Amino acid sequence: MARSVLALVLAGSLLGLTATAFAAGESSHETPQPPRQKWSFSGPFGHYDRGQLQRGFKVYKEVCAVCHGMKYVAFRNLTALGYSEGQVKAIAAEYKVQDGPNDQGEMFERDGRPADYFPTPWKNENAARAQYNGVPPDFSVLAKARGYERGFPWFIFDIFTQFQEHGVDYIHALMVGYKEKAPAGFALPQGSYYNDYFPGHAIAMPPPLSDKRVDYSDGSPTTVDQYAKDVTAFMMWAAEPHMEIRKRIGFQVMIFLLVLAGLLYFAKKKVWADAH
Amino acid sequence: MTASSVEPNRRDFLYIATGTVAAVGGAAALVPLIAQMNPDASTIAAGAPVEVDLGPIAEGQVIKVFWRGQPIFISHRTKKEIEEARKVSLASLPDPQADDKRVKPGKDQWLVLVGICTHLGCIPLAHQGAYEGWFCPCHGSVYDTSGRIRQGPAPKNLPLPPYKFLSDSKIRIGEEDTAKV
Amino acid sequence: MSGHSTYQPQSAFMKWMERRLPIAGLMYSSFVAYPTPRNLNYWWTFGGVLTFLLGAQIVTGIILVMHYTPHADMAFNSVEHIMRDVNYGWLLRYLHSNGASMFFVAVYIHMARGMYYGSYKEPREVLWILGVILYLLMMATGFLGYTLPWGQMSFWGATVITNFFSAIPLVGESVVTWLWGGYSVGNPTLQRFFSLHYLLPFVIVGVVVLHVWALHVVGQNNPTGVEPKTDKDTVAFTPYATIKDGFFMACFCIVYAWFVFYVPNYLGHADNYIPANPAVTPQHIVPEWYYLPFYAILRAIPDKLMGVIALFGSIGILAFLPWLDTSRVRSANYRPLFRQFFWIFILVTVGLGWLGSKPAEGGYTIAARILTIYYFAHFIIILPILGWVEKTKPLPNSISEAILKSSGVSSAAPTATKS
Repeated sequence: MARSVLALVLAGSLLGLTATAFAAGESSHETPQPPRQKWSFSGPFGHYDRGQLQRGFKVYKEVCAVCHGMKYVAFRNLTALGYSEGQVKAIAAEYKVQDGPNDQGEMFERDGRPADYFPTPWKNENAARAQYNGVPPDFSVLAKARGYERGFPWFIFDIFTQFQEHGVDYIHALMVGYKEKAPAGFALPQGSYYNDYFPGHAIAMPPPLSDKRVDYSDGSPTTVDQYAKDVTAFMMWAAEPHMEIRKRIGFQVMIFLLVLAGLLYFAKKKVWADAH
Repeated sequence: MTASSVEPNRRDFLYIATGTVAAVGGAAALVPLIAQMNPDASTIAAGAPVEVDLGPIAEGQVIKVFWRGQPIFISHRTKKEIEEARKVSLASLPDPQADDKRVKPGKDQWLVLVGICTHLGCIPLAHQGAYEGWFCPCHGSVYDTSGRIRQGPAPKNLPLPPYKFLSDSKIRIGEEDTAKV
Repeated sequence: MSGHSTYQPQSAFMKWMERRLPIAGLMYSSFVAYPTPRNLNYWWTFGGVLTFLLGAQIVTGIILVMHYTPHADMAFNSVEHIMRDVNYGWLLRYLHSNGASMFFVAVYIHMARGMYYGSYKEPREVLWILGVILYLLMMATGFLGYTLPWGQMSFWGATVITNFFSAIPLVGESVVTWLWGGYSVGNPTLQRFFSLHYLLPFVIVGVVVLHVWALHVVGQNNPTGVEPKTDKDTVAFTPYATIKDGFFMACFCIVYAWFVFYVPNYLGHADNYIPANPAVTPQHIVPEWYYLPFYAILRAIPDKLMGVIALFGSIGILAFLPWLDTSRVRSANYRPLFRQFFWIFILVTVGLGWLGSKPAEGGYTIAARILTIYYFAHFIIILPILGWVEKTKPLPNSISEAILKSSGVSSAAPTATKS
């Protein structure tokens, strides 16, 4: 008995020691956590909202694409947004794509075809750096390449709630998180802009969105917040185009495994009934 | 599993049901493992139709273009070649097909073929062999000026790809002319 | 694998075969007639789960290789090609990447079970050491595989891990250059890592065969830690153990499928969706979750060489466990004091894992140092002393006696389902 008390005391003191150490280690949170948004694609039965994706694509095409490429997404993929093959052909033809060499050995430009990929609007990273004061990241997987720390215990709950929208919450927050002026005492470097949610706050990208900048034909509000939501949803689709089928197959697999596990459980009971 | 001939009782039923469900699941799991070897979406998209300008092809010339990774022969036939292809008796052919069935109506001079020997997949050489059509260097199959097999181990004529005339001097390979069919 | 078994070939062909290559007899004696203790609980099903996962990883891995390009300029692109264009490519890749994590979940439980029930003790020392070797091979394979997508974490993980070897006095730098095939991590590194990532799983298969062989020589341990004495203490592997393993495997697959289909990137890191950039280190670089405790130990030690020694020592010390634990009683069920220290040890390891994911600064480092000291103390001080001072509970005479004792409560359940 005395010994088990000893073990408990040891465990307790170990916990206490480390807990004090943690408390000392907790650094002040400079960057606030992005607020949670409602996304149509979250959860086990999540679906992309086609209308939203098309609006988001419009924002990308008219605003973001000036600086940001999307090299892993092909025009043909846009049929998933609800566009017809003809519409996709027309969209592809709006872009110029380099092809070649032709019979004379020259590279040439031609209209895009559905099989082509979204072009990157700069020649190479050095050119981008010279022009934009940084390399605008490619949009293809950006929604999966961004995120934030959820912290204990939330990261454990996230397994069960299937919260996976760290990236889109962050990007949305970034879009609406610009401040006209940096807070007093913050030394904003030349050519940077102050953003609440960007790590370090000084971001090289000027505020890209403003109210009424992009026309919507479906009557959705033409506000920065709506643009941010739509383009972020579009980016999620670009990063994870097979999400809907993944979740659908996932549900079927779950049902199957539950049935199989149930059958195996009773089969196991029958088999072991002989052994007792 | 006891192989008894009597009708299965409830216990056997449970085992059979479990085994069946497990087998169905295993078979379903094989689907992605097998399907992944089929052409992927980018390969299928890259197989989109290609357009070829016929203008620069001189009479008597055969050019080679690629569609879906396959060589396509476009032959601008001379009068003599067309005549030779037409005068042969169909009964004497291993794979009988009339020459006018192998070209588009009114475009007798343009012969478009998939340039893959129907024997074992080599690319035949143009203007060679006994019929001045094609000759396959791998195993000696001989094709005539209509791309039909005449001698050698190949069983079939050179196949025709789907294509259509966009104008007199332009074709699109990979798309059948749906208007006239 | 007790040589000539009770296997009776039925057909003429099998009789013919059995005289020439008795593989059916070997399978029969190893996986059908093989006696297993009848009191094994579900913690013993993880060996089967691990076998299943090894097979699944090899199958999905071989398929991914059909579409992947091991070149610094194309690796990231080819992974995106798999995710977007290949038929079910997204499924195969998520199965493989999450399968690696599931593999470690299962192996940690498998190891913890061995530690709790004293499965490493005489005569199972070689069985245990083979297990430690398998674990090391798994860690190497997992690390090599994580570099292949050539994202930021791949690249910088490869840089940090290979730099461990720069801590070796005198030849360290040359060894690292040799590992890289250059003066930094680059395309030659990726190509050799790819080759080795393909090779090691088959080495694992080979050691698994030895592991199973050793297991079948000494027999399975069981929750009482008392060796089976009579036929009453055991049941045949098939159908009893196979159906139980099968049931649990289906349950395990539910967890696996949950991650694959619903939160496939949860166990990964967002930075690995950024293509490798040799000019920029991610702000907060962490290894995969399964290395985190060891990563915390590495960072807890202020000296470079000592840190690396401590990291490898923390894994290597497992191989000496059979001799560090001086108690002659196997199962923690009969060792009240050890049982508490076991759970403290588990908590300490989890704590180290959590610290490994935190930045190495201030209080986190102090906490990691305390837990690192405890980690080693558990093996070097606590286990040897416990064996001498602990008063253990009386062991049952046999497995069947232990079952009879507890059956007053549990025997009601199986009879009820018979009706």
